[in-house]
Amino acid sequence: MTIATAAPETHATPEVKSYLGSAGWDLKSWLLTRDHKRIAILYVISITLFFFLGALGALLVRLELLTPAGDMVQADTYNRLFTLHGVIMVFFFLIPSIPATLGNFLVPIMIGAKDLAFPRINLASWYLYNIAGVLVLWAILMGGVDTGWTFYTPFSTTYSNSYVTLTIVAVFINGFSSIFTGLNFIVTIHRMRAPGLTWFRLPLFIWAHYATSLIIVLGTPVVAITLALVAVERSLGIGIFDPALGGDPVLFQHLFWFYSHPAVYIMILPSMGVISELVAAFARKRVFGYHFVAFASIAIAVLGFLVWGHHMFVSGQSAYAGMVFSVLSMLVAIPSAVKVFNWTATLYQGSISRETPMLYALGFIGLFTIGGMTGVMLATMGIDVHVHDTYFVVAHFHYIMVGGAIMGYLGGLHYWWPKMTGRLYPSFWARISAILVFVGFNLTFFPQFVLGYLGMPRRYWAYPPEFQVLNVLSTAGATILGIGYLLPFTYLFWSLKYGQRASDNPWGATGLEWETTSPPPTENFLTPPVVTKDAYDYRDFDETAERRPHLAREEEEYA
Amino acid sequence: MSLHVVPRKVYYWIFAALMVGTALTVGAAFVDLSAATGIPGLNDVVMLGIAVAKAVLVVLFFMHVKYSGRLTALTVLSGVLFLVILLTITLSDYLTRGWL
Amino acid sequence: MREAHAAHEAHAALQHQFDTLEQQKEASTLGMWVFLVTEIMFFGGLFCAYLIHRRQAYEGFAEASFHLDVGLGAFNTAVLIGSSLTMALAVWAAQVGRGKACFGFLVGTIGLGTVFLGVKVVEYSHKFHEHHVPGERFHWTGAHPEAAEVFYSLYFAMTGLHALHMIAGIGVLAALLLPAWRGRYSAAYHNPVELTGLYWHFVDIVWIFLFPLLYLIGRHG
Repeated sequence: MTIATAAPETHATPEVKSYLGSAGWDLKSWLLTRDHKRIAILYVISITLFFFLGALGALLVRLELLTPAGDMVQADTYNRLFTLHGVIMVFFFLIPSIPATLGNFLVPIMIGAKDLAFPRINLASWYLYNIAGVLVLWAILMGGVDTGWTFYTPFSTTYSNSYVTLTIVAVFINGFSSIFTGLNFIVTIHRMRAPGLTWFRLPLFIWAHYATSLIIVLGTPVVAITLALVAVERSLGIGIFDPALGGDPVLFQHLFWFYSHPAVYIMILPSMGVISELVAAFARKRVFGYHFVAFASIAIAVLGFLVWGHHMFVSGQSAYAGMVFSVLSMLVAIPSAVKVFNWTATLYQGSISRETPMLYALGFIGLFTIGGMTGVMLATMGIDVHVHDTYFVVAHFHYIMVGGAIMGYLGGLHYWWPKMTGRLYPSFWARISAILVFVGFNLTFFPQFVLGYLGMPRRYWAYPPEFQVLNVLSTAGATILGIGYLLPFTYLFWSLKYGQRASDNPWGATGLEWETTSPPPTENFLTPPVVTKDAYDYRDFDETAERRPHLAREEEEYA
Repeated sequence: MSLHVVPRKVYYWIFAALMVGTALTVGAAFVDLSAATGIPGLNDVVMLGIAVAKAVLVVLFFMHVKYSGRLTALTVLSGVLFLVILLTITLSDYLTRGWL
Repeated sequence: MREAHAAHEAHAALQHQFDTLEQQKEASTLGMWVFLVTEIMFFGGLFCAYLIHRRQAYEGFAEASFHLDVGLGAFNTAVLIGSSLTMALAVWAAQVGRGKACFGFLVGTIGLGTVFLGVKVVEYSHKFHEHHVPGERFHWTGAHPEAAEVFYSLYFAMTGLHALHMIAGIGVLAALLLPAWRGRYSAAYHNPVELTGLYWHFVDIVWIFLFPLLYLIGRHG
């Protein structure tokens, strides 16, 4: 980035007004803000609330599964619980999570801009999210939906007696919230980069969000119209998807998965972008094979649109199409693997420190690899025929979504927390939480690979007694994982008032975001930056503690 | 990008072409082209071909893509490409159902 | 004098996140194009459903399509193409700073769009009276009642979604009328008209595909 000098450690002083307090703390200035940083904070609040709601669904599911018999809730209720968990976690947490929070906050700053291209659309995105949230909460309070988050027809169109239409309206509106974010990022990244910031000098976080935004704008509209058709069919009794009325349920699956498979890349790509940043910062090395990682993001986005049929191997889809989808699905694993290799190569001979964000990044690399490899197993049609709709699939996607995406989110949240809030969190508790999350996660989901392989179906409320031990282990793990999530919720909150104040660059990292105050002023930079260096250029940084303030602080803590 | 004012005459010609295309489409619909030429599905091909040609004219001239930069053209083409992907891959499932 | 007025209008329109009006124009134009890509995929889902169902039930689709009025459909196609012409001319007028002409062409576009919607109301009411509206009151006397109901479901979904987009477009066009009349648009600043034009032309293109696909199936048979 700009020429590295021994910059004085400045704090956001009253003379340098930060975005947090510049317009006062009144509610109106927050609810009508156009500042991307404030919108990011608003989103952090919203998605955290929905995360805990979705987690509650998971908790109840896991409690029921402690015993083989269906004895805690009724079968119908169980269906509603796992649907709640899926709908909330997919649409209201994972898809918006990193882009709407870290992305909104950092994209303009990382490219040296004052804001996103369309600030009002950004605010509208948050409002749409919350309107959708109110509707889905209303549906849940009235009794919820029992179709699974996948809304398969004709159950969703014809036979379900739950609040399908209301939930669909909520998801539809949420989709537009997502589209607004993606559209904003694409235009911003194309048109608002600082002078000197060419495409190949961009942080990989930006490449990841660019690729994610491409997926959002191309895929989301298709699921939107498809779910709208389901709602219309349900209301009018027409037959686009219901075979009894001349419709085609496999057509629904094609249209649904055309979006929902790329959607999983919406969920993981931003997280991968975070990992690139964390690995570079905490190994103090440029990311190995920058161009390959950048192109891999685009490749994942494009190839991700060609593989959706691997969700439909046993649906009645033609075997020939299945074979083609199978091969293509294996291909899409390649750019992901490239990234894992490059992160690992970045670590090699790096100057590694074990701060909390790095712990999450290391956890990500391992867990994502397991999730990814089991994905290739599932892409193998012959295997999938046996494990489709079993806990093997459930374990696979949780390794990616939780072991991957959520750990990336937590790592990024911890890394940029000082920048966003101007406060440091307590390092000890943060590391404990990271370890609890890692241990709890593996205990929850590894048994599920075994369960699935042994034949336990997913979305079942009762199971044969021989599966109980593994289920108990899984629920125990979920409890530990839950504690691991509650701890950050507590100490991050605590740090807002009592945390040590952060300097501009508490990690001694490269990046435009670290060259402004913590927290930044409303216009992001006091003087508009000009970029003259590549990303992750650690060559001019020397190894003194001054350049690694977090280590100096650590010594202080343990002295 | 500097301002490019398209001469009005261009618009009038494109309008005329679009009207001719519409007339051709309607006319061709009433003639069994497959029976006349022996090529199966020719009516569908002609109908879609004319529609695509009309769309291209609107995109290039009315929507100024001909006078815009590479990024605009790339954006349009991406949209079309992914629509084509949706349609062809979905269709390929149905077309290959009997194959294995 | 007009240049000074135009320059002032242009300067007032610059939003704080942009450095220059040119950058703002580039960004908002790209934004509209990305939005249109989402619209391609939005309608695209319906086209996909149509494609698969038509393949599965061609005879039934042809039979159902026969009961649509080709004359009205063709007329509407001409009307919409005409409205694209007036829209393009409105953009031209805005670019050269001819506010009153721009106003006139915008009125023309709105007028033609309204004619289109009026014809659709007529067509929809025909379908209503013939009991071809899907749902409880659907009644088909031909050989393929199931396929006919699927056809008309898609017909109403696709033309209905299209009509909604036209109504929204007319609303946006109406919002441009006053500024156009007041000479707000010039070579320096005419982007709102240009972007509305992009949207309007896109809606026209959707109809360019809808008309033959819905109205002209198996007419020669």
